[in-house]
Amino acid sequence: MSDIEKSYSPGLAKDIQKPIKDPGIEPHRVRMTDKSEKHAKTAEKQIAAMFGVSVLGAIIAVWGFFAFPIIDGDLSATRNNALWMGLGMALSMLGIGFGAVHWAKTLMPDNEVSEMRHQARSSDETRAQALEIVKLADGESGFTRRKLIRRSMYGAIAFFPIPAIIIFGDLGPVVGDTLRHTMWKPGTRLTKDPTGIPIKASDVTIGSVFHVIPEGLSEMEEHKLEEKAKAAVLLVRVNPSDLNEDPAKADWSYQGIVAYSKICTHVGCPVALYEQHTHHLLCPCHQSTFDLANHCEVVFGPASRPLPQLPIAVDAEGYLIAQSDFLDPVGPSFWDMRK
Amino acid sequence: MTNTTEKKSGFVGNTANYLDERLSVAGVLKGFGRKVFPDHWSFMLGEVALYSFVILVLSGTFLTFFYQPSMAEVHYDGSYAPLKGAQMSIAYASSLDISFDIRGGLIMRQVHHWAALLFVAAAGLHMLRVFFTGAFRKPRELNWVVGFLLFVMGMAAGFTGYSLPDDLLSGNGLRIIDGMIKGIPLIGPAISSGFFGGEFPGTEVVARLYSLHIMIVPALIIVLIGVHLMMVIIHKHTHYSGPGRTDDNVVGYPLAPVYVAKAGGFFFLVFGVIAAISATFTINPIWNYGPYDPSPVSAGTQPDWYIGWLDGALRLAPSGWDISVFGFVIPMGVMVPLVVSLVFLALVAAYPFIENWVTKDKREHHVLDRPRNNPTRTAIGAAGVTFYGVLWAGASTDLIATNFQMSLNQVLVAMQILLIIGPVIAYWVTKRACLSLQRKDREMVLHGRETGRIVRLPHGEFIEVHEPVDEYELWKLVDYKNYEPILARPDENGKITIGNRLRSAVSRIYFEDRIAPVSKAEYELAHADHAPAAVSEKPKKKQKSIKA
Repeated sequence: MSDIEKSYSPGLAKDIQKPIKDPGIEPHRVRMTDKSEKHAKTAEKQIAAMFGVSVLGAIIAVWGFFAFPIIDGDLSATRNNALWMGLGMALSMLGIGFGAVHWAKTLMPDNEVSEMRHQARSSDETRAQALEIVKLADGESGFTRRKLIRRSMYGAIAFFPIPAIIIFGDLGPVVGDTLRHTMWKPGTRLTKDPTGIPIKASDVTIGSVFHVIPEGLSEMEEHKLEEKAKAAVLLVRVNPSDLNEDPAKADWSYQGIVAYSKICTHVGCPVALYEQHTHHLLCPCHQSTFDLANHCEVVFGPASRPLPQLPIAVDAEGYLIAQSDFLDPVGPSFWDMRK
Repeated sequence: MTNTTEKKSGFVGNTANYLDERLSVAGVLKGFGRKVFPDHWSFMLGEVALYSFVILVLSGTFLTFFYQPSMAEVHYDGSYAPLKGAQMSIAYASSLDISFDIRGGLIMRQVHHWAALLFVAAAGLHMLRVFFTGAFRKPRELNWVVGFLLFVMGMAAGFTGYSLPDDLLSGNGLRIIDGMIKGIPLIGPAISSGFFGGEFPGTEVVARLYSLHIMIVPALIIVLIGVHLMMVIIHKHTHYSGPGRTDDNVVGYPLAPVYVAKAGGFFFLVFGVIAAISATFTINPIWNYGPYDPSPVSAGTQPDWYIGWLDGALRLAPSGWDISVFGFVIPMGVMVPLVVSLVFLALVAAYPFIENWVTKDKREHHVLDRPRNNPTRTAIGAAGVTFYGVLWAGASTDLIATNFQMSLNQVLVAMQILLIIGPVIAYWVTKRACLSLQRKDREMVLHGRETGRIVRLPHGEFIEVHEPVDEYELWKLVDYKNYEPILARPDENGKITIGNRLRSAVSRIYFEDRIAPVSKAEYELAHADHAPAAVSEKPKKKQKSIKA
């Protein structure tokens, strides 16, 4: 570092005397294009050719646009359109790119040069002048001297952004009780997703799986997806002897037919995969695995709560109905879910 | 000569004069025109990121002309036959229209998506280059932070854009975000409600993500890029150690004409490669996924690569850690990954300050370290890369299990174990490898290069002839900083503070095992008793005694 500049502390660095003197920048290696006009001419032609290829690419791209108009139902036109426009664009870009780089590498000087650096730190003189300006401005405004102004200004600055935060208050409604309740009510029929056709208990054979939504959901005009995101259910019939039921919830199932929330208790993906012989339900997002035969307890993966069970029964016509809403909140855990 | 200048002072000259009289462009050109930039392939990584961003803005602008960020439901009536009549959001329908009913739409969508993947990838690799060469040291610590923010904003831009087509896959991604947000104690459900405008999925979120994606996030990225590049101008670019390269100079080629051509041409190369990939490789075929519906999901769901590590963190979290405090639930399956990834990011952002707290080296550093010459930093980097890599691989546990016919559970448990011990192994192996490479460098300096030529001496001994390296090569091998650990010493009050103890301990971790650069004395000793082209046997012994 030169004398005028500040020499900083090296800290833990211990300089060791170098075995040789810095030999300086390596000597320039002469290129063919430097010493032979013939090679330079060749390079010039190559570069011009690359720029020419670029023009060709642009033409191909334009041709692709007009040559493949959209034909309803014909995907090959779309594909050709994208392919030829893309390849044409690529060619026109690569032509310019390779041309410019080739130009730089063959014909522009390639002697490395050295330029001095300066420390980021301003000179002492500049710093003193800057400080002088700060002091002057402080004195003229009385910023330090007039405490009342300064402090009240801090107060104003602290308060003025508060409306800017509050104004976003209507981004969403107050949460309320919505996370704890779903569309399921006593007597709501279980229907197929997405048709909304009610399901008879006799249609559910052992080992079969039904993706279920509450009756009325498929006809909803508004908030359909919000309700579905909470109310989706997986219905499975297993051999009743395979079920290890909680005695208190023994009447929540019907002849081995059990209904569980399809919304993963981890972060809410649909638990869509059922493995028949192990009775395991698997979430394809993060592989949380629930044991259907054992109250859908977590047997593997990051989820922590069992899938909530929907108590079901059969109505007079033999259709499956809900006894009530879920008794536990469905989906991802949230802090006040037990309140 | 005079003729040409006079000729030029026609249109070009007049324009230049017009601009200079109003904007002082001559001064700008004088200041920057011959600015020297060093040349190295690794300096292009940041350029790739910059150019990808320009391509993103260009292709993204095209997409905004046709995309409609509305979640209102329509029945699809476009060219894609399999979805005809299906109920879907306008956002999804307009994304399908861009893909199938607008000429050039599909290629622009693909260019946009590929450029986004490349943008984050190039930014990440650029960060690794800066880390492993120590380019973040004074005076560039703040620029490291700016670059870090750019990387985070890149992920944010990617995620907000990924969700816009409102297809099944991206909807499930949002669902996961919703689940994570809801798990945050106290404020989670309220934030979720504010984000989605009510319950998930609502009808607002796509429009909100859209305004973030096309205004706020790119505006922040542009500002950060401006600051990032301005600091590069203030600091001048770093250069690798080599003959003639010092902390006081910068060695390379002038901006005009060499870098105007090279860097300008490189933009077109990046664009061309992205266009070629986009023309030939499908990315994010949203038409295969169908519109978003909270009930179905396809197996093997994968986020874009740069979100993978966060998804992997979610998968690797062990179950059953949930805490209940006064009846309030803290879902650790969500909070642990969230906190761990935030801490990881914080450590990345803070690293330059941590290293400087240890070395207390307040000098400016413009000559880059070869990674081997700072073994501990390189090892820490390797550990971090491994940690990130295991989390990333964790997002593919199901695909690994199905493709290699392994048990999903065992793959996941293996990943969990690897997440803990992988970084430790990587740290140790990398550090040893660096130290070995440094030893090899020392050998080269002291005894020259092995030629593979075996010679039998008169007394029957076989030796390999070594050839001295030339002085340019030699300089590269000896020009690096040497640090030594520090003992905890009492301060002026005669006390050894905890901070001092800690710093001393960390300095030992950093610098206890080290290979010092060859000193003048060592070099002269090694070369004292024989000609430069001589044999290696004797000096080898000497070197050992020096180290001991």
